Amino acid sequence: MYYLSDSEVDKLEAKAAEIRQSVIEMLVAAGSGHTAGPLGMADIFTLLYFSVLRQDPKNPDWPERDRLVLSNGHICPVLYATLAHRGYFDTTELLTLRKFGSRLQGHPHRGSLPGIETSSGPLGSGLSQAVGMAMGLRMDNPYTSQYVYCLMSDGELQEGQSWEAAMLAGKERLHNLIVIVDRNAIQIDGYTEDVMPLEPLREKFESWNFDVQEIDGHNIRMVADAIGKAQAVYSQPSVIIAHTIPGKGVDIFERDFHWHGNPPGKGPENRVKKGDQAKEALRKLRTLSGSLTNSEDK
Amino acid sequence: MKLANHLNPNIFTDKLEKAPNRDGFGEGLLAAGQKDSQVVALSADLTESTRVNLFAEAFPDRFVQCGVAEQNMASVASGLAAVGKVPFIASYAMFSPGRNWEQIRTTVAYNDQNVKIIGAHSGVSVGPDGATHQAIEDIAIMRVMPNMIVIAPADTHEAKKAVLFAAAHKGPVYIRLGRSPVPVVTTTGSPFELGKAQLLMEPDSSARNRTGIVTTGSLLYEALCAAKELNEAGFGVSVLHMPTIKPLDESALVRLAEESDLLITLEEHQVAGGLGGAVAEFLSERRPVKIVRLGVHDEFGQSGEPEELVAHYGMDRKTVVETVKNAFSREKLKVL
Repeated sequence: MYYLSDSEVDKLEAKAAEIRQSVIEMLVAAGSGHTAGPLGMADIFTLLYFSVLRQDPKNPDWPERDRLVLSNGHICPVLYATLAHRGYFDTTELLTLRKFGSRLQGHPHRGSLPGIETSSGPLGSGLSQAVGMAMGLRMDNPYTSQYVYCLMSDGELQEGQSWEAAMLAGKERLHNLIVIVDRNAIQIDGYTEDVMPLEPLREKFESWNFDVQEIDGHNIRMVADAIGKAQAVYSQPSVIIAHTIPGKGVDIFERDFHWHGNPPGKGPENRVKKGDQAKEALRKLRTLSGSLTNSEDK
Repeated sequence: MKLANHLNPNIFTDKLEKAPNRDGFGEGLLAAGQKDSQVVALSADLTESTRVNLFAEAFPDRFVQCGVAEQNMASVASGLAAVGKVPFIASYAMFSPGRNWEQIRTTVAYNDQNVKIIGAHSGVSVGPDGATHQAIEDIAIMRVMPNMIVIAPADTHEAKKAVLFAAAHKGPVYIRLGRSPVPVVTTTGSPFELGKAQLLMEPDSSARNRTGIVTTGSLLYEALCAAKELNEAGFGVSVLHMPTIKPLDESALVRLAEESDLLITLEEHQVAGGLGGAVAEFLSERRPVKIVRLGVHDEFGQSGEPEELVAHYGMDRKTVVETVKNAFSREKLKVL
């Protein structure tokens, strides 16, 4: 289990706020990209990269490392920002996102940037790759404690391949596979339950022989506890259904599916005019960041 | 007429053995598994038919039964390769790479992962199963994919060599196999080298009306029989065997084009995008020559016996012979 002290939680929350700021700055510089998903997953990415994953940013190909597969590649701004803040590459490079010649491709490309385990973007194939990695590691050592974390969206569970992969993971009882589903309930065309209902989601995974936990994906301590429990499940793969708020951290973006695929400055104007969206987002995050830092000082 | 000296001594006799080239794949995979403990195999419910069963019985812990799920199989293989395994995925070409093309493109080729894709049951010679199971587009869809190597072995011996090559080579490889037994033209001693075509038959140097037949995969024997008949009838016909379609042996093609009045490409595949397409694309830029592409012309296959289907779609020795004779007949000569 992961025991996080109050001060560790505070530090992680402050780091997540920094990462959210980077995400906004990157998206504004790029002029395109996805906003809601990266902000919604910032807490989980921060926890994984700053507390959970066995890894070495200076030796990204270390064979003993844990693997993190990002299946829904379109939320890569949060992956890139987290990798940079963790020291895989310089944070100044973040502003090259989506630009010609950049290592920060619009969707992740393995081989372009250190720390990217797989290319992704076309939805539904990440879980299969994670299953392959978990099986391969287990072939080398049946008792392996090298974990494969697969981060995926809820919308991509509409891809049949996701369930092909889940079937195989359940059949093989992959104890070293931990799936985290970003259950933010939105996708490009609307709310998931309107577009193509996923519920009952827990039961779907249970029927494929997964251990299932449902948690608040913004409560860092709760996420850490869930990962600790998932690691302790020995005879099954694990899935953590993390309920998140799309656009989390910036109230003008939160819970609105229109922010799935738009960057600040190009989103709906029902709350803030386009020209002020980036500024407003950064103001909110800096205020949040400041208050978190101050609470740590106290 | 000169024939390469490493071919089966029973060639052109009734004693020439036949075997499906998937047999060679099965033996090659087993041998590759014995040689390298990182080699693993995946099947999508076609284990015996694709001959993965030999490997699966010998190495049950390194065999993954994926069930009827080719898309998952391709990406699982990518994940296995990411942790150092050398995965072979085997199914019918219609399903892999047919159904799972995007998974192969993104998670294998774009990722540059060390996955080997075995597409069995290619061509119309699949026979009675009919068009749904006859992959005649797979060369086209695989050769347009960056990072991908495309190989179509002629017979069981060559299939085995191709598999051993693929296991030792780092990077994605596609190997195309057939279902039906085909003449075993080569021997265990015949050469196989990536990207190298082999000139297996050459006409007498004095022969005129020179034709080069370029062929790949299971139609090699048809090409050789047609060439023999034509050479004996006074035509000057060479046979260039191209087991590797990508990378293309460009220098062998230029040489053949320079020595020929006409090239014929012969393959169990659509003429668009396959070997014929590859040869025509390349030579039209580098060394233009009249090319007749023999293969399937924008149609689907159908049920039937392999031989009658190969003949119906114009890929048998008779069609090759007629094509050459017509091309050099007095009236047609003008078009050359």
